[in-house]
Amino acid sequence: MNLVNIFVKAVFIDNMIFAYFLGMCSYLAVSKTVKTAVGLGAAVIFVLGVTVPVNYLLENYVLKQGALAWMGPSFADVDLSFLAFIMFIAVVAAIVQLVEMVVEKFAPALYGALGIFLPLIAVNCSILGGALFMQERQYSTILEATSFAVGSGVGWFLAILAIAAIREKLRYAHIPAPLRGLGITFILTGLMGIAFMAFMGIKI
Amino acid sequence: MSTATVAAPAAKPSEGLFSKKNRKLITDPLDDNNPITVQVLGICSALAITVKVANAFVMSISVMAVCVLGNMAISALRNVIPSRIRIIAQLVIAAGLVTLVDILLKAYVYDVSKQVGVYVGLIITNCIIMGRFEAFAMGNKVGPSALDGFGNSLGYAWILVVVAFFRELFGNGSLMGYRIIPESWYATAGGAYFNNNMMILPPMALVLVGIIIWIQRARNTKLIEQA
Repeated sequence: MNLVNIFVKAVFIDNMIFAYFLGMCSYLAVSKTVKTAVGLGAAVIFVLGVTVPVNYLLENYVLKQGALAWMGPSFADVDLSFLAFIMFIAVVAAIVQLVEMVVEKFAPALYGALGIFLPLIAVNCSILGGALFMQERQYSTILEATSFAVGSGVGWFLAILAIAAIREKLRYAHIPAPLRGLGITFILTGLMGIAFMAFMGIKI
Repeated sequence: MSTATVAAPAAKPSEGLFSKKNRKLITDPLDDNNPITVQVLGICSALAITVKVANAFVMSISVMAVCVLGNMAISALRNVIPSRIRIIAQLVIAAGLVTLVDILLKAYVYDVSKQVGVYVGLIITNCIIMGRFEAFAMGNKVGPSALDGFGNSLGYAWILVVVAFFRELFGNGSLMGYRIIPESWYATAGGAYFNNNMMILPPMALVLVGIIIWIQRARNTKLIEQA
């Protein structure tokens, strides 16, 4: 039950885009059509779902204070948490590159569909953000961390899908010229964020 | 990540520090090629930490330090980094610098560091950093790269500070922590003034940036997007 709660919380209440503004750059740049938005969204779910559990293991068995205790009593109070940023981002970059190679070899159709988005994801803030939130919130099991990661990915996916659909409709709208494109997208995202705030008070 | 950047040709050795080309490296990102409103880079952190002007300053200075030093490091190493693994190399350099900044912030401005929190870590994936590494530092000499990093972080900084100015003024009635709207105006003290709590909430930052883009493009019509 707890896993479902964490999942729902990550999708709606702590939505990566509307509550934390993570992964905003690719969200704004790749949301011109629904098709590309779906591709990128799927890639984000996948990469988050893989990297956060790996980083969870890294955090709990290598980086955290006392995490190295399994190596023997003399390592019991080693604290490597200052290395967290470097380790997390290295893991993300390495996994993204690895995933890219695996997908290219075994699922060329999917590779074609994801295209340029896979490598771009390495610098999507929501991936590193997922790892850092995982560290901050101290999930107790790896399953909880995975549930949080997939939930965040799904939340991101829904957000980019929604804005892409709206932007496709907007093409037929009469928008003041200076506001066209980027400006109106910002304001729309703000309005959607306000709507998403309705979820904020919910305690689960 | 639209990196609509002008890769300026490498400066000639005889050029002075403030030649026209070098000045352009700094002034261009302030308006015509602003990292936030035109290149759409670094939005993530820009929006979340603009509740208070002080936070915006700290964030801007952190980004500036990372961007200038990182640009110089990448530019110095640009001929040794193999292009296949350049993303990892860039990320590691950025991550190293960010770790330094994070430790320094924790040591000297602990309160701010707590509020800026997770977003300092996210400077690593701040697309301004990666975008400038990739688009400029990989192809230019150390000097111009440093100026480019400086200019782009200035362009980032002014948007941050303007957004934070409005959010703090209307949301909290203060600026840099000093009270601007007197206590006696508030309804609690018998006045008729209320803080606009909406401004504190994150979505308003997006709307404010949208309005900045609107004003900027109305003045600078060549930035208008064709439908």
